[in-house]
Amino acid sequence: MLDDPAVALTILVLSLFVGMEVISKVPPLLHTPLMSGSNAISGITIVGALIAVATPGPVISTVFGFLAIVFATINVVGGFLVTDRMLGMFKRDKGSS
Amino acid sequence: MTQTWVQIAYLASAVLFIVGLKNLSSPRTAPRGNGIAAIGMLVAVVATLVSAGVLDWEWMLAGVIVGSGLGTLAARRVKMTAMPEMVALLNGFGGAASALVAAAVLEDHVAKGVPPVDVVAIATVLGTLIGAVTFTGSLVAFAKLAERMPTAPITYPGQQVVNALIALGITVLCVILAVDPLQLDLYWGLMAAALVLGVLVVIPIGGADMPVVIALLNSYSGLAACATGFVLGNSGLVISGSLVGASGIILSKIMCDAMNRSLANVLFGAFGSAPAASAASSGPQGTVKGYTPEDAAVIFSNASSCIVVPGYGMAVAQAQHAVRDLGDLLEAKGIRVRFAIHPVAGRMPGHMNVLLAEANVPYDRLVEMDEINPEFPATDVALVIGANDVVNPSARSEEGSPIYGMPILDVDRAQHVFVIKRSMNPGFAGVQNPLFFNDNTMMIFGDAKSVVLQLVEAIKAY
Repeated sequence: MLDDPAVALTILVLSLFVGMEVISKVPPLLHTPLMSGSNAISGITIVGALIAVATPGPVISTVFGFLAIVFATINVVGGFLVTDRMLGMFKRDKGSS
Repeated sequence: MTQTWVQIAYLASAVLFIVGLKNLSSPRTAPRGNGIAAIGMLVAVVATLVSAGVLDWEWMLAGVIVGSGLGTLAARRVKMTAMPEMVALLNGFGGAASALVAAAVLEDHVAKGVPPVDVVAIATVLGTLIGAVTFTGSLVAFAKLAERMPTAPITYPGQQVVNALIALGITVLCVILAVDPLQLDLYWGLMAAALVLGVLVVIPIGGADMPVVIALLNSYSGLAACATGFVLGNSGLVISGSLVGASGIILSKIMCDAMNRSLANVLFGAFGSAPAASAASSGPQGTVKGYTPEDAAVIFSNASSCIVVPGYGMAVAQAQHAVRDLGDLLEAKGIRVRFAIHPVAGRMPGHMNVLLAEANVPYDRLVEMDEINPEFPATDVALVIGANDVVNPSARSEEGSPIYGMPILDVDRAQHVFVIKRSMNPGFAGVQNPLFFNDNTMMIFGDAKSVVLQLVEAIKAY
């Protein structure tokens, strides 16, 4: 995968810039949904948790992996659902176009 | 599925996250953006499952079912006023997951007696450190926001020294483990120290500063995921983690700017104790006359524009629905109504907008500070509900004031100002507010909700 740490570092730095660009365009109106939504994205660590469980190894690793899956899934599912619930509340004025 | 295809799937999910976040730039496209990001997550999970095979799938399935159940329940049940607590808790869980993955990987290496390569060793140590600090730090932030522990800063003599010593110990452990990672005793010592540090760094921060802390912990949870990406050599985690890291950094900065304070001051300042107390006794004095909702109704009968300035006091009094009714009534009388939203109104970035959206206030009436400030002089009535420091004119003029330099809403420049307030108690910053003594200011004392309801009746009766 990422055998060369320099490649991973390159990806990290470039994505930080992309992140800054994209996030700075989000209006303050939506900063709370942005936080809960990006929070759900940080639950991507679920991928790591699944790999940890799938890798053959000692029982203790499987147990930690299992706990990590539970925490990360709460983060992902809870984050996306609560963001959707919030965004559903934002309505435009009926009168204006 | 070959490794190349798995990596391409991760790339696709990262692209979906970025597109999803881009769609958050407008409330119209935002729900779609959230959906796109969720699909990105699904792609990443499915790709992982396919490439990992079916080993230990019972554990995976059980974990996902338990996590989904708890997550769904929390997302459905949480009140909008409790959103900061919810986000704090979710941040903490993300951090915990990252620390646990790092621990699982290290235990695996120890069991096999094969040390990880340098970069993985460093990432394991950092992932554990950031993840553990995020976990306990978020739990303390949660407890403070939910008022399950005192919200005031907790300080004790030598606090900075204790924190510095723990940080030093952690640094030493990190270096030793990065060089020779297969020492489980030291590793768990690091985990324990990081968990303790998370608690210690958040307890001296006051409740009013929690918005900055949540934004920062949000950033940490992303960076922890990033470190996990390095541990597993997974580019998907690196990209997604850094997106979240960037988001948290930007939001922390916006919050700090809105309070005119540096991040260092928020984290280490233990704000609101000694200097603020002395400031409360000085400042403008004078008599303040209380007015009635009927007096206000007379002014409203001649008004053609109104700007409502809601503060967290409005949400505490659960007055947002009454305020919406008042807005509708004024609109029906031909008065233009808008809501001025200060960046730190509420208890987390953007919180006040969510609270008003929940009360069915259309979002095009919610106006940001910089946009609405030039409009106050031409506005007949500014109605301040449960806000204090964010409308304090001494932030503009009094250089000695603790809040000097903080950007405020210029309500004092409106023709008439109504302030609905429970009492004359100063706000979070402990600073007296000269606005209340101005000639064009009318104070209406009482609970926000009942005063607004009386105001609605008075205007109807007028």
